[in-house]
Amino acid sequence: MKLTINNLPVEVPAGTTVLAAAEKAGVRIPTLCHHPDQDVKGVCRVCVVEVEKSRTLQAACAFPVAEGMVVRTNTAAVREARRVIVELMLSRHPKDCLGCARNRRCELQALAEELGVRDVRFTHIEKKHPKDESTPSLVRDPAKCVVCRRCVYTCNEVQAVGALFPAYRGHETVVVPAYDKPLLDIACSLCGQCVHACPVGAITEHDDTDKVWAALADPKTHVVVQTAPAIRATLGEEAGLPPGTLVTGKMVAALRRLGFDRVFDTDFTADLTIMEEGSELIQRLTTGGTLPVITSCSPGWIKFIEHFYPELLPNLSTCKSPQQMFGALAKTYYAKKAGIDPASIFVVSIMPCTAKKFEAARPEMNASGYRDVDVVLTSRELGRMFRESGVDWGRLADEEFDDPLGRSTGAAAIFGATGGVMEAALRTAYELVTKKELKNLDFVAVRGMTKIKEATIDLDGTKINVAVAHGLGNAKELLERIKRGEKTYHFVEIMACPGGCIGGGGQPIKTTNAVREQRIDAIYREDKRMPLRKSHENPAITQIYAEFLGQPLGHKSHELLHTHYTAREKV
Amino acid sequence: MAKQEKQAIDVDRVDKIVARHASREGALLPVLKEVQDLVGYLPEEALKRVALGLGLSLSRVYGVATFYSLFYTTPKGKYVVRVCESAPCHVQGAPEVIAAIERELGVPFGETTPDGRFTLEMVSCLGVCGVAPAVMVEDRVYGNLTPETVIAVLQEYR
Repeated sequence: MKLTINNLPVEVPAGTTVLAAAEKAGVRIPTLCHHPDQDVKGVCRVCVVEVEKSRTLQAACAFPVAEGMVVRTNTAAVREARRVIVELMLSRHPKDCLGCARNRRCELQALAEELGVRDVRFTHIEKKHPKDESTPSLVRDPAKCVVCRRCVYTCNEVQAVGALFPAYRGHETVVVPAYDKPLLDIACSLCGQCVHACPVGAITEHDDTDKVWAALADPKTHVVVQTAPAIRATLGEEAGLPPGTLVTGKMVAALRRLGFDRVFDTDFTADLTIMEEGSELIQRLTTGGTLPVITSCSPGWIKFIEHFYPELLPNLSTCKSPQQMFGALAKTYYAKKAGIDPASIFVVSIMPCTAKKFEAARPEMNASGYRDVDVVLTSRELGRMFRESGVDWGRLADEEFDDPLGRSTGAAAIFGATGGVMEAALRTAYELVTKKELKNLDFVAVRGMTKIKEATIDLDGTKINVAVAHGLGNAKELLERIKRGEKTYHFVEIMACPGGCIGGGGQPIKTTNAVREQRIDAIYREDKRMPLRKSHENPAITQIYAEFLGQPLGHKSHELLHTHYTAREKV
Repeated sequence: MAKQEKQAIDVDRVDKIVARHASREGALLPVLKEVQDLVGYLPEEALKRVALGLGLSLSRVYGVATFYSLFYTTPKGKYVVRVCESAPCHVQGAPEVIAAIERELGVPFGETTPDGRFTLEMVSCLGVCGVAPAVMVEDRVYGNLTPETVIAVLQEYR
């Protein structure tokens, strides 16, 4: 179809929206409810344009092109309409940009600037709605909600959780859980994908930076930090670096500058997870245990299965997540080794994840005799701490993690991307089962953004079927396949967030699928960079089994590294 | 109201309604209507059964139930009195009629009388502007009302 946009000719296939055609023509049209990874909603009207022969202005995001169409995006009428629309939103939006978690990362703020809004011509009537701070993970502030419905799409269509939906009508419409209940009381995975969907500060992570500042300032507290595999591939974005920049060494250096006594790595316990989970898989395969074994690293996924598929809880690996294994070991193994009273050890996790905050607060997560992980910070919160402390990324030299909980392999690094736990487990399981060296370490079939990935792996005669799903909607689809018994799977990896942890709900704003792809590339570059790429070859892992744990699935492991799950209500 | 909220609902009958519609697309609205006809309003317990039965999230069911003004998520009185607040009724004396109703029943619009007999509601238009001001009690429409005649109408439902 041929059309003109601002007198520029452009040709696009039928069914293309005016917005997409304009993008092709190099014409920018402002948007708000539009999201590159979502279906058309057409509710905010910010993208209105003039279409010749059309009686009214049309929403470019929803309006399909036609042959010979004449579109104008920059007329006085269009500019005024957009400005009125944004002013109407601002007239019902709190004026607290300076103190908002999304200050300078807010799409409404950016729009107001872009459209030249100076005065709001409408009376300011603030929405009155209490904040929901019921969970340790997320804070919902519906008073800031612009009802764009992007979180609704994510929560319902992408994540299949359905915690959020618009309720009531007209100007009273508000996006809430049923009966406006607090998130803690409903079936919410706490994955935080709604945070990425939200253009404003209506949903944010629960900020725990003050607790960490306090611990760092206390000379009697020994503060150790662990960094999740995905963080090194995303944290740079908080410092303004492009998506996909690896910042492993600089991150370690910056954490030392903040004042952490030891900078350790969740990658160490990711390797340990492979030893435990791999052994569990082999045990269940050989002793007729419940199959498929489903991974248990992702706390958003754990909360999802507890609510929606409690009948499949026996399938979950009993392994704690790497974060919780780390906490339990930091206050036992490390405390003993370093001769430090575990009561004075304060464990901080840097996680890509809002659900990790809930996980750390679960009552059973105290195997060390103390709360295993004291505070979980998302990569966004750590980014704020770095900015506040004046860390100059450009001038930092790379530094190394501390021993012994800082040693890891490439197998641990890929935990950060969808398919990574599966691939890491296969690298180890292959060698443990076959006693042969694995020649090609790259299980590319389980990598990437394909919704559900499957592969059959030959462990020297024993063929095992594996499947990988990322995003809870895809997970639901895979679980239904498992329940229907269409195919026998032996090992299944599920991550709550699209793309895996690099796309986690605690990751830098803005996380879109295009950004996820770049971060995934970085994760596999990190894997390639590592001298060791199989978990069982990590010398620190060999050491901890020799000195402390005994053997995988042994008594000590059972006590410190494994857990149980809780069935929860579906509605 | 809190007391009525706790009243046990006939879950089996709600489930039967859901089962009758479950297979067809767009089942939610007819199910909500029938459940409301059965229970009188849409209590949380009933909406949970509807959500589970239709495979929908409770937030979606609640969103739909609160979008339509003829669905109630809190108990309503035996009779619902709806008064038009649009311009034609307004200029023909609706404010005086409204004041008379509130005086007579002792509760403001949006609420239910303590005896549970009347729920007062404002609506946008009843579609009978020719006989403004108009009031609808349950499904009967009364027009050309004055503060005096509307009291007589209410008496019919006492």
